[in-house]
Amino acid sequence: MGEASINGEPAAAKAAPNGCSRRLTDDEFDRYSRQMIVPGMGKEGQLRLINSRVLIIGAGGLGCPAAQYIAGAGVGTIGIIDGDVVETSNLHRQVGHATARIGMKKVDSLITHLRGLNPLPTYVSHPFHINPQNAAEVISQYDLVMDCTDNPVTRYLISDICVLVCKPLVSAAAIQKSGQLTVLNCPPTPQGLVDGKYAPCYRCCFRKPPPPSSMVSCGEAGIMGSVVGLMGVAQAGEAIKILASALHIPSPPAAGDTPERNLQQPTLLIYTYDLESAVGPYSFRALKMGGRKRNCFACGENSTLTLAGIRAGEPDYVQFCSVPTSSVSLPPEERITAAAYHAAKQKGELPEHILLDTREKEHFSFGSIEGAVNVPFGKLLMKAAAIKRDVSPASEILPLESEKTDVPIFVVCRRGLDSQETVEKLKELGLDNGGKRRIVDIMGGMKAWKEEVDPTFPFI
Amino acid sequence: MSAATEAAAIPITVDFSGGLEMLFDNQRRHSVSLPAVDASGKPATIAFLIDHLCRTLMKDPRAELFVLDNHIRPGILVLINDADWELEGEEAYEIQPRDNILFVSTLHGG
Ligand SMILES: [Zn+2]
Repeated sequence: MGEASINGEPAAAKAAPNGCSRRLTDDEFDRYSRQMIVPGMGKEGQLRLINSRVLIIGAGGLGCPAAQYIAGAGVGTIGIIDGDVVETSNLHRQVGHATARIGMKKVDSLITHLRGLNPLPTYVSHPFHINPQNAAEVISQYDLVMDCTDNPVTRYLISDICVLVCKPLVSAAAIQKSGQLTVLNCPPTPQGLVDGKYAPCYRCCFRKPPPPSSMVSCGEAGIMGSVVGLMGVAQAGEAIKILASALHIPSPPAAGDTPERNLQQPTLLIYTYDLESAVGPYSFRALKMGGRKRNCFACGENSTLTLAGIRAGEPDYVQFCSVPTSSVSLPPEERITAAAYHAAKQKGELPEHILLDTREKEHFSFGSIEGAVNVPFGKLLMKAAAIKRDVSPASEILPLESEKTDVPIFVVCRRGLDSQETVEKLKELGLDNGGKRRIVDIMGGMKAWKEEVDPTFPFI
Repeated sequence: MSAATEAAAIPITVDFSGGLEMLFDNQRRHSVSLPAVDASGKPATIAFLIDHLCRTLMKDPRAELFVLDNHIRPGILVLINDADWELEGEEAYEIQPRDNILFVSTLHGG
């Protein structure tokens, strides 16, 4: 076609940011034909995609499927940022990696996969985690950002930067059997502009993060691959729509084409999946959200948020989300390491005792310490509440009907946090028998047991 | 308030999502018959509903996963007939017959 020079030369493409008039190469024409004939896309939409730069933050359960469709659709420059390496337990959902690439940096693994799918885009590897110091520099190189991360600290940071550097943000999240998706700051609107209807930022929709005690990670709660995959694919769909219809381009207020003009109803899509029942009418729900908030911390009219401030540590995102630290609240005599517990047991130094395992029954079913009795943490708290209401006697909480009220109790959980809370709870209920009975936390839970005692233990 | 008004109940559906169903017997949808007025005779609002749910429907003792300082805890969105409650007046919204109120916990995993 005489335009082969453009192939693989996004620099040339970038030189004409609105270069939607060039001819497509034969390869492009072949590759994108089925999507270009979809009404609304056409050659113009395709060229907009080719001229676009997308940043995918997180190469995990959302990022993998999202990146596949972004690459397949022909977005010209695709940046991926993530500092993790591929692990076996990722592969049921992170389908852009491969068994042969376990141990490789996730960004490099995913880009390997994407090049196989479509060699035409330019792939940019950012093999580190995003943080307040590097976020603005990376994000400002792109036209649109996809939040495929897995924690609130990064989610607030990404949204704040997107507000300040005027980038649209497509955000998704998933855990266990639910997913959520929302498009934010689109069309991008300068910080502080509030007289009119403008798109919300992440903070407009989710003003405060949930308390850390209510949050669990995919590692703890589990995640269905298809659920997170669906959200990632939907994220790609939204990004492609925005770029193909040029909604990502901030309109200069003077041009009369205000961001307000292109504002669509802000929507939060939620997906709820059930392992026990068929698809029901409430599996997908589109919820109507409000627009930009006048008093929003990040995008509102009196916002003091700045790039320099963020770089210098203001606001403190970790503090804001108060990520749980491994602070120890129990005195040393109420704790024992997994190794010490094992050694004492081996040597016959441990008296008769009760060993409570407070993990979920799914976790417990894969293996436990010999003699352990499973009382899941949630159930234990429920029983404790019933005891407090005088509905049942304090001994009810222990699985074994034990007459001997001085038999020590050892508590183990998955990683050592619930077990400490359990020790506190049992003492509160008076099960320590006024200090005569020892109630002891096994430090670090079954994770520590695997590391210190039994490397073959099937820790999940 | 007349006896007739006091006795009246508003039929609504209440949904839980994003893990909150765990606190309500693992059931995502509940049909609730909400007293039309609160103890002081004022029409039932979202605030009243939240209190009512805590007293009558919550099976799990971890109330702090749902309410904090008498308000819905941070990180939970409340949707009235599929619209964010801030579009409807938040806690002060007066519940109407056949309303659908959805409580959804915001997710962060990925
Ligand atoms: Zn905002």
